[in-house]
This record gives sequence, structure tokens and C-alpha cells, in this order.
Amino acid sequence: MSNHLKNITLRIWRQAGPAAKGNFETHVVDEITDEASFLEMLDILNDKLITEGKEAVVFDHDCREGICGTCSLMIDGQAHGPQRGTATCQLHMRKFKDNDTITIEPWRASAFPIIKDLMVDRSAFDRIIESGGYITAETGGAPDANLIPISKIVADAAMDSAACIGCGACVAACPNGAANLFTGAKIAHLSRLPQGQAERYSRVEAMVETMDERFGSCTNHGECEAACPKEISIDVIALMNKDYRKAKFANRKDLARK
Amino acid sequence: MAQVVTSHRGPVTGTATHKRTKRPFLLDLYSTAVGKKYVMGITGVAMMGFVLFHMIGNLKMYAGAAGLDHYAHFLQTLLYPLAPKGWVLWILRGGLISMLFLHLHAAWSLTRLNRHARPMKYQSKRDYQIANFASRTMRWTGIIVLAFISWHLLDLTFGVVNSEAGKMITHPGDEESVKAVYASIVYSFQRTPVALFYVVANILLGIHLFHGAWSIFQSFGLNNPRFNSWTRAFATGFASIVVIGNVSFPISVMAGIVG
Amino acid sequence: MTLTDELFAKNTVTLDSKIPEGPVADKWDNYKQNMKLVNPNNKRKFKVIVVGTGLAGASAAATLAELGYQVDAFTFHDSARRAHSIAAQGGINGAKNYKGDGDSVHRLFYDTVKGGDFRSREANVHRLAQVSIDIIDQMVAQGVPFAREYGGLLDNRSFGGAQVSRTFYARGQTGQQLLLGAYQQFSRQVGLGGIRLFNRTELIDVVVIDGRASGIVVRDLITGEITSHAAHAVVLATGGYGNAFFLSTNAMASNVTAAWRAHRKGALFANPSFTQIHPTCIPQSDESQAKLTLMSESLRNDGRVWVPVNQNETRLARDIPEEERDYYLERLYPSFGNLAARDVSSRAAKRLVDNGQGVGAKKNGVYLDFAEAIERLGRDVVQERYGNLFEMYERIAGENPYETPMRIYPASHYTMGGLWVDYELQTNIPGLYAAGEANFSDHGANRLGASALMQGLSDGYFVLPYTIGNGLAPLLNKPMPGIDHPEFKVAEEAARERYNAYLAINGTKSPDYFHRELGKIIWDYCGMERTEEGLKKALELLPALYQEFKTDLRVTGDGDSLNQTLEKAGRVDDFFQLGMLMCRDALDRNESCGGHFRSEYQTDDGEALRDDVNYCHVAAWQWGGNPMTPNLNVEPLEFETVHLATRSYK
Repeated sequence: MSNHLKNITLRIWRQAGPAAKGNFETHVVDEITDEASFLEMLDILNDKLITEGKEAVVFDHDCREGICGTCSLMIDGQAHGPQRGTATCQLHMRKFKDNDTITIEPWRASAFPIIKDLMVDRSAFDRIIESGGYITAETGGAPDANLIPISKIVADAAMDSAACIGCGACVAACPNGAANLFTGAKIAHLSRLPQGQAERYSRVEAMVETMDERFGSCTNHGECEAACPKEISIDVIALMNKDYRKAKFANRKDLARK
Repeated sequence: MAQVVTSHRGPVTGTATHKRTKRPFLLDLYSTAVGKKYVMGITGVAMMGFVLFHMIGNLKMYAGAAGLDHYAHFLQTLLYPLAPKGWVLWILRGGLISMLFLHLHAAWSLTRLNRHARPMKYQSKRDYQIANFASRTMRWTGIIVLAFISWHLLDLTFGVVNSEAGKMITHPGDEESVKAVYASIVYSFQRTPVALFYVVANILLGIHLFHGAWSIFQSFGLNNPRFNSWTRAFATGFASIVVIGNVSFPISVMAGIVG
Repeated sequence: MTLTDELFAKNTVTLDSKIPEGPVADKWDNYKQNMKLVNPNNKRKFKVIVVGTGLAGASAAATLAELGYQVDAFTFHDSARRAHSIAAQGGINGAKNYKGDGDSVHRLFYDTVKGGDFRSREANVHRLAQVSIDIIDQMVAQGVPFAREYGGLLDNRSFGGAQVSRTFYARGQTGQQLLLGAYQQFSRQVGLGGIRLFNRTELIDVVVIDGRASGIVVRDLITGEITSHAAHAVVLATGGYGNAFFLSTNAMASNVTAAWRAHRKGALFANPSFTQIHPTCIPQSDESQAKLTLMSESLRNDGRVWVPVNQNETRLARDIPEEERDYYLERLYPSFGNLAARDVSSRAAKRLVDNGQGVGAKKNGVYLDFAEAIERLGRDVVQERYGNLFEMYERIAGENPYETPMRIYPASHYTMGGLWVDYELQTNIPGLYAAGEANFSDHGANRLGASALMQGLSDGYFVLPYTIGNGLAPLLNKPMPGIDHPEFKVAEEAARERYNAYLAINGTKSPDYFHRELGKIIWDYCGMERTEEGLKKALELLPALYQEFKTDLRVTGDGDSLNQTLEKAGRVDDFFQLGMLMCRDALDRNESCGGHFRSEYQTDDGEALRDDVNYCHVAAWQWGGNPMTPNLNVEPLEFETVHLATRSYK
């Protein structure tokens, strides 16, 4: 049965543009049903702001089903808020109490420049994928899908890391602003599958080096795993590290052959 | 510095067409953060080996003055007469110093990278979930341990701050005299501040190792679901053994068990 | 003379569906043998604009770039990977017959035509079934981690409206995995320079010069800048318009603007009233709710749908004895049971809820119960199959479906209607193509589960790359208008005025307010069940509300920086105009078919009653200068292979 939360104070980061100086703005939500999602609470706030002639708070969101990875938000010092394995859009107000003060900040990393208020630009992730996060299989030439049997265990493991939604919570939560979980997840997905073997080493080398241009380094805190709405394990980072080492040796041999 | 959009708006294309700069193999490996973590790990393992054997060697203290001094002499005369006295020890020390230098350089450049990756800190309080005291204080524990090592060398190796260091002694039954290492240690630890500094620094070293020794598996990609649960136990065990062993020396001296 | 013939004679536009010669099974091969080709070296002389980067858009852009065309891809998202294709859960159909249960291209074709209640074009559907096989191969090669059996071969499950297992799936995230596959292939081309990607850029007009689509006008969502882009061909892969209902399972930003702007420039909009209401969504919990969440239809494989027999039931689900439960789908449709087609299941749920048998605090849902499945298969197997869906349900509804049955209710989900396209997926404007959910072609009046992903990829990977070449070949080395052409300037200016106008109204109500009110009208009168009276009422209410929108809208902020309120205003404006067309189309179609259910036209036991004599046609509407005065054009549908029959899932 639904209850109503009362007197929620929101401290929201407002920033007019990329270069502007930002600051926290305080708003009070007098009453809200605990069935509402966190973003619906922001919708209601925005509706009120618009009616009052004020600019709505800008935040990224789209599917609201926890799969598109568009939503973000640092809620009370945690990426995607206090509920484990949950993206902001699936966080519900029943996780909060009467009279709570909730602080909402954008994700902070030099690779994720702030566009406005709580919205950041996560295109740096696309650059990592563009550099090698794929299997080259141009349309038309694929063999029958059942030609290569893939053990269920391998397929399941690949799926575990393929579940990444590219939201950037790992970078936001990492004390170093590193993207190793994101990059590792894609590498682990593709490199575990037989189809991904041909490009296994060129892929890891290219992706790691692109990642390096924009993000921090991994110091094995594990915060990324805790923040990940898909609960992807830092084992994928270990796998990436191993493949990177192998790649350096494998590619060195290949270069010598040329 | 704020988070600023550096790229202009416009189409994105050809992002993966630039030619990679070719570097010599090792430099190439070292050029990325992942490569630097390998260097951190490899040098870390080397220094862990040193720290462990250093501690085990020092346990000779409990065998009495002659035992420890003979052990020290043995190290001085490694491979003698194939190599002149002290040479092998210095070669080993040279190796350790380069390990330490590489460890520091990698740590320094990774820290710079990380600072650059988040120029503007979170303006509200972070609520860390997994990151622990050890993982978040690696830089500080590292720096304090480094300061301790400098003191430690000045104290017991070079004797700059230790009037007993470098003195010779002829133990009963010996033909020639050896360095009185035991006596200098006892002298050093009888100064309470020195002993306390030693204890604190070793506890910090243990904290550093608690994260570092675990981190190695992750950085090297030594990841096997069957053994993953053991890595934390290994790191805890290793750090504890080193700390207990090392801390026992000043305590034994101050308690009068050794002396 | 039938109504179709009469209307056809009055067509204001020539509708040539360009269906190739020959028996239905040979048409696609015949087409490919006779189409014109562009020499590989000449392909780079052509520029193609692809708007939208979901399954259809990303796969089309990637394939066209691989072939050598210059491709400009536009998405209003920050990344191509965000498109709403990602939210499809259940799976993708492929006529592989890996299960050896009698599946074939013909059977998939037949099921799809029947599922669409005989309102789709046979030739298109057959082609879809044919290439479904290639899609599975292509996606596996891309590294999509489809579910496997222990032997390593691909696993399949069954889906609504089919009696064979032909649905390939990747847990409950099939759409995500397929989109990521296409996105990765797309990203590879961005990396290699084959595609120029414009992100956070929204199409706001289509430019037609001398009857041919010559480019688009877009708005940079970050800077507010409005610019033009010219090309030899424009592909709209911009998804469906389910958000006209406000509450739907579509993503918050999904909108009709691209298709609608094309429509206003002369492209016909076909069957706008054919919208799909998905039977398994989580019911609305409160008034402030912004969207509904779908629970995959695959849940109906093992879940049993029921309501209490008593209208004033107050006991908890588990306390209601078997004999006081009505497993109505199993009772009404014994051979398909809980897997009856979507429209059929949705209406059955609505009737029972309307009858006061609903469950939950608002009595606005029906139970989807897994108790029997958990007993039969064990909790582990159920968790393996549906674990992530169960978790999602628990996060949203706050109840544990392993212990309490899920509560579900139908919600707007997919739109079969869309831009009218011919066999080549070209609209009636030469050079303007529509792919995926944005077109109307393959699903008739109702789409079967796991067919949307199939259609998006079919259009993008295996149809457009051929048909666009056929369209471009004759244009080789001919001059084409650039963005300095006056038409582009006119369109840009009109777009600027449009957005400035929203800012200038300075009324009192937000775009969301109007969207919500608009959605209520459409849901009430043009939703699961429609009546002549209701639709007429809607057609009175909508213009009045639209007028209020134009005079009392409030958009804060400015047009020169990122302004989500302004974006929303433009989208709601187009939804208003579309809403009127939806109701008009529903009013004009005096029959019930698939997702279009007119209460006046039903059988004695409440099933849809088609009128094949008068309405076996596609209703393709032409913009008439005002949303209330569209011109009707019809394309008669001919069924040569599948015989028109009453659709039955009994």
C-alpha cells in the first residue's frame, strides 16, 4: 500500500552551461507518494518550476526501465543512489524517509563534461567502442548461426559482461575516474566468445589505449562494481589486464614477423 | 579547473584512424595506465620478497648477538671469493633501489593521471561502498613508509643517526671481527621515539601491503573463480606476518627480552 | 463496388506499392535479380542521411557505410546505444527451425500475416520471414550472446501467436544485445570514417525539392542551433508514436516528430490507428507516474493469468482457492491459452477489470502467477529464465513475484501504423525512406511478439541497402540541390519561428501537462476499445485542447542552450496533430481488426469482426494543411497466398 513521504529537501546542482560556475540549489518537496520513482519526483518538481516561470532542472533520462543507460545522478554520494544493482530511473521513493535531505550532483570526470545542470556528456565511451569494441562482421557474409557451438557457460559469462548499459556509473563512482569496468566489460564480452578471437589482441590494445587518453587509472577499489546497476564484476578488469599483457607479447611477435 | 567541453559540436567520424606511435616494447607497455599497473605489481612483488626475507633474516636476533651478526656478515660476503666482499649485496641493493624508483615513478604518474581525470571533486560527501581505508590511503601509507625507509637506512645501514652502527665485534670462537649489528639495533630501539616510529611505520606498511598484495592479482589478471576468495586471505596473511615479525623487534628490545 | 474500390478511385496520390512479379516466395529474389546496382567506386559519390540509430537506423547506417556510401547519422540521444530498441526484452523470431518443430519461412510468414489480422502486405511479410534467417546469422557473428543449450547450440522459446519455438533470446535483454551488436558495427564505421555521427541532434524538418527528398533540417539540442543537411537519400528510422498515449512503455523521449514532419511535407501516414496495447505491463500506481514498464511477454510462457471470480475479492492472492480463480485465457482460448495474441489478451484483461474483477489497490490489474511454474520447474529454473524480470518487478512494484503473483495490465507499447512505404521501403516522396517501427509495412493491425526486432534489423541490414542502391543508381553524376538552395533556408526559418513561438506563448501550463491530458483523451477514446461516439467526442476534445496548448503553454528557459522543456513542447505539438489523425483513422475504419477494436464490430463472443469486403486496405493519409482535414488514400490489399480467414486462437 502506498504511503506518502513528507518534507523532502533536495539539494540539486545547477549549472547554466559547460563553462559556468555551478552551485547547489535547495528545493522542498512537501509531499510525494512512495510509489513514485526518483525521477518522477524530479518531474513533479520540474512541472512546478515551469509553472512558476523558472527553468526546469536538466537531467538525462529516457527508457526508465534501467536498460538504456541514459540516466545518471550522484545521489547522496552514491552513483545511481542507495539501492544496489539499480539505475536511478528504477530507484523509488520508498527507499527514503520523511524529512530526508537528498543531495543530487552530476557525475564528475574530465571525460564527462557537464552540459547543463545534472547532464553530462558521455561520448568518451563511444570513442572507446569505436576504437575496437566490436567484432568485424560486415553485413552479409555470416555463416550459419549454429555452425560454432558455444558452451552455455561461456555464453552466460559473455552475457554477464555484455549486460553493461554504458551509463558511466563506474567512472562516476571510481575515486580515480577510471573507465576500466566499462572497457573491461566489453572486452570480456567479446573476448570470451569464439567469434571474438580473431581480433582479441588488437581489440584490447586499441581499447585500452583509447581509454587511457581520457580516463584515470584503476587502483582496485572496487567502487565501480558496487555502483554498477548491472552488478558487473571487477573480474572483467582482471581479464582485460591479462589480455592486454598477452596482447603486448602477441602483437610484438606479429610485428617481428612482418 | 571545471569540467569543460573541449570538443566543438559537429560530426564525429574517423576516430579510430589515427596511426599509433611506435615505441620500443617496454616503453610501449609502460605508456598506458594498465602497463604502469604491471610495473607497480612487478616492483611490488620484488619488494614484498625483500620485506619478507628481511623480516625472516632479522628473526636471527632471537638467536642472540652472534647469530645476527654472523648472518649480516654472511650477506656482506655473498659469493665471496667469486666476487669481492659487499659487491653482491650492493648489486641486490641496486636492484631494490631501481624497483623502488619504478614503483614511485609509476605511482606518481598514475596519481597525476587520476587527478587529471577528475579535476573538479564532488561537492557533496561521497559515500564509499567497497573502497576501504587501505585502498584509499595507498599514497599516504606509501609516502610515510618511504620516509621511514630513509630513516631506517640512515639509522642502521649508514649509521648517520646511530653512534653504535659500524662498530666491530669479535664474538667468542670467531677468528675475525664482524660488524656489531645486534648491538646497534638494540641501541636504536632503546630510544623510545625511534621504536615507536618503527612500530607505526610497520603498521602502515602492513596496511599498504593489505591492499597492494591483493591488488597484484587483479592488476596481473590472475583471476580464477576458484582462487579469487583466497587472494584476500593471502594479502591479509602476508601483511600480518610481516607486521608481526617486524614489530616484534622493537617491542622485544623495549620489553628487555632482547638486549 | 466495394468501399475500397470507391476510395481507391478518389486517391489524391498515386500509391504504387512496387511489389515484384512472381509467386510470393520468389518476389524478393526476383527483385534482387532485376534491381539496378551502383558500382562500388561510385557509391562514395552518394550521401545518405540516416535519422535514428536504433536497430533499423544503426544497422542501415553501418551496412550502407560498409558498402561505401557516405553516411550521415543523426540521433537525438547522446549515443547511438540509447535508442529504445534497447528495451525490447523477450526475443527475436527467426525461421531457423532449429527445434525441428515444423517451422519454416512460410509458417513465420503465415503466422505474421494472421497475427496482423490480414491487414499487412503479403510480399513485405514474406520477405521479412525470409531474411529473418540471415538476421540470426548476422547477429551471432556480431557476438550477440544468445541463450545456448548445454550442447552449445542456440536455444529457442515460444512466443504469443505462434505454435512453434522460433524465438531467439538473450536473457530478458534481447533488444539490448541486438542493439549493442548493431551499435558496435555502427561504431566501427564511425571509427573508420564511414559514418559521420551527429549526436544530440534532432530532426525538425524534411526538405523536399522538386518532389524529391533533398535533406533535413536539424536542431542541435546542446546549442539550439538550427542547420541544414543535404543528401541523395534520407532514411527515417525514428521509431513509433506510442507516446501519443503519454503513459506507454516507450522511452520518455520517443516521439513522432520526424515522421510527422515528413508527413506534413507530403509523405502519407498509413493506418495511424493501428496501435498495439501490450498485455503485460505493470499497472499504474499513482497519478504522477510518467511511464509504464513492460514485463516481457515471454513471462506468459510459464506464468498463468487469472483474476478472482468475485468482484469484491479482498483476500491476498495466495489465500484465494483454485475454484474461485478464473484462468480466463486458458478458459477462453484453450489451444493458445496464456499465449494468445497480444490484442486478444489485452482486451480480455480490460473486460475483466472493467467488470470489477481487477486486482491490486486500484483494482487495475490481473494476476500473472508463477506458483505453478515454480512447483513444476523449481525456483532455480524460473530464476534462470526470468530472474532479471522478477528483480525489475520487485524494484518497481515493491512485491516479490516468487511469493506474490505479479500484477499486470495492458499498456500502449508499439505502433503498427507509420509512414506509408512501398516494397522498397520508400515513402511516396522519392528519396525518402522509412524503416523499422517508423514505417507501417509488416505488422498489419497487430504485431506478434519478437517481431519488432526482426523487422528493424530486416529493414536495416537486408532490405534498405539493396533498395536504396536501386533508387540511387539513376542519379549518378546528376546535380542535386545543396543546402544553399532556398528551400532549405525557408525550412530553417520556419523551424526557428516554430521554436520561438513556443517560448513566446508564456502561458501557465507545462508541455507535460498538455501531454498528459492529450494522452488521457487518446487512451480513453482511441485505446483498447473504440466506439464511433467516443471517437467523435475525441475529435471535439482534441482541437479544443490543442487550442489551449497554443495559447496557454509555458516554456521556460531559452532557445540557445539545452532546453528539455522546449524539446518537449515541439514533440507534444506533433503528438496533438497525430492524435487527431489517429482518431480520424479509427473513426473511418468501420471494422475491428487486430489492435483496432471498434465495439460496434464484434462477434457474439466478443472477438474482432473484420470487414474484408470494404476495409481490406491500407488507409494512407495525406496532410491536408490542417490536422483535422486529412485526405484519405487507400492501397487495396490482395491476399494471393494466405486466405482471408477469421483469426482464431481458440
